[in-house]
Amino acid sequence: MTDDDDEYGAYQALAEEAEDHRWAFGTGFTDPLAGVDTTVPAGVDGALLAAYCLMLGDDALIYSHRLQQWVTRAPELEEETALANIALDLLGQARMLLARAGRADGSGRDEDDLAFLRDEGEFRNVRLVERPDADFAELAGRLLVFSTWRLALLGALTASRDPVLAAIAAKSVKELAYHRDYAARWVVRLGDGTDVSHAKITAGLAAVWPLVDELFTPHPIELGLPGTAADVRALRGEFDTVLDTVLAAATLDRPQAVPLAGLGGRTGRDGLHTEDLGYLLAEMQSVARALPGSTW
Amino acid sequence: MSPPPVPAAGIAAAVPDPELPMVTVADLGILRQVREDGGHVTVTITPTYSGCPALAEISADLSRRLRQAGYHDVTVRTELSPPWTSDWITAEGRRKLAAAGIAPPRPAGRLPASGPVPLRLTAGPRPVPCPRCGSARTRETSAFSATACKSLHRCEECHEPFEYVKEI
Repeated sequence: MTDDDDEYGAYQALAEEAEDHRWAFGTGFTDPLAGVDTTVPAGVDGALLAAYCLMLGDDALIYSHRLQQWVTRAPELEEETALANIALDLLGQARMLLARAGRADGSGRDEDDLAFLRDEGEFRNVRLVERPDADFAELAGRLLVFSTWRLALLGALTASRDPVLAAIAAKSVKELAYHRDYAARWVVRLGDGTDVSHAKITAGLAAVWPLVDELFTPHPIELGLPGTAADVRALRGEFDTVLDTVLAAATLDRPQAVPLAGLGGRTGRDGLHTEDLGYLLAEMQSVARALPGSTW
Repeated sequence: MSPPPVPAAGIAAAVPDPELPMVTVADLGILRQVREDGGHVTVTITPTYSGCPALAEISADLSRRLRQAGYHDVTVRTELSPPWTSDWITAEGRRKLAAAGIAPPRPAGRLPASGPVPLRLTAGPRPVPCPRCGSARTRETSAFSATACKSLHRCEECHEPFEYVKEI
């Protein structure tokens, strides 16, 4: 190989030596935790840790997919670029968390197995992330709620007893702070904008608000991992402070909404989802399921 | 068997970044460590952003170039902690970025060790200087750009758009 190949060299190298040629649907050509010590710390239940990482990974994976659906549909190229970048950051977080889950429970399932081969009832994401946005204002409202909550959550997890989870969290915090600021600025622009934009962001926030309480309702898996998982009840204060600041700058009132009920106490974390998730998975998993293990 | 003439660390450090080929992985602070142990080389890299798609290319390119230089037993491993910061971009890396018309990052503000990350409702008070004409009369046109690590700006003086490597 000569120096003339340098411009394309990196990509040629991939094609030459990827041992796991699964580009057709997944990301199987690299392990996002290659070389990372994924031993489960003493005193931490591996199965519980895996289930917890699956929750956090599924939130990021499903929301990333919803954001990707905005690509080619955003009102301006700049927003399209922003949403694609945010979706990419979340996909990266999801990959590491799903890989962490597959190692911690000893099942050996990789990120692709977990993303593409589980059914709806096996997904553990909160229901906030699975619903499609009616318009750009609802997108801004949902992104603000999601990124404010997740930033507080992963901020707490930087002190997790699981060093892998703590490292993933420390990386993610920088990204989420940027996502939150982007969303907050849009909510302010829309709320403090025209009568039409004010009405749209009011409606957008009202649409996502019934899904907020679920974010702060602890699941038994979280409560079973003290010191390793974060207690979401403790995050509500930070969330409320940030939302109140943004809403005040946006001349918006805090929405009043009845929380979306679960079924017998079960919600997204228990695998109980809205009708929307099935359609999302049908799209996201279709190639992987039609051509299992396919390579090109 | 005699060892290859060029140290593995030198080979690895010279590998260009696939998205920003004007700088090397060492310039960007992505390359964390190169260790030679007998005939075995272990290269440690760290991702800039969680979803950075260039990491796979970087890993494959490191292996390929080390193999071409005579190192046949190479492991590339990822290290997540401490997380990458734009402060790790070297002076040489900053010079090369600026020469290519990409504004290098300013020092990253430290995130609080504990407690909430402060909310920022407006873009930073100080505009990024234009890498072409040096003017401070620039504005941010987009908080995101063609890669995860950059934002988009425009110079009001020379009217050229430019990218900026975000400080994180």
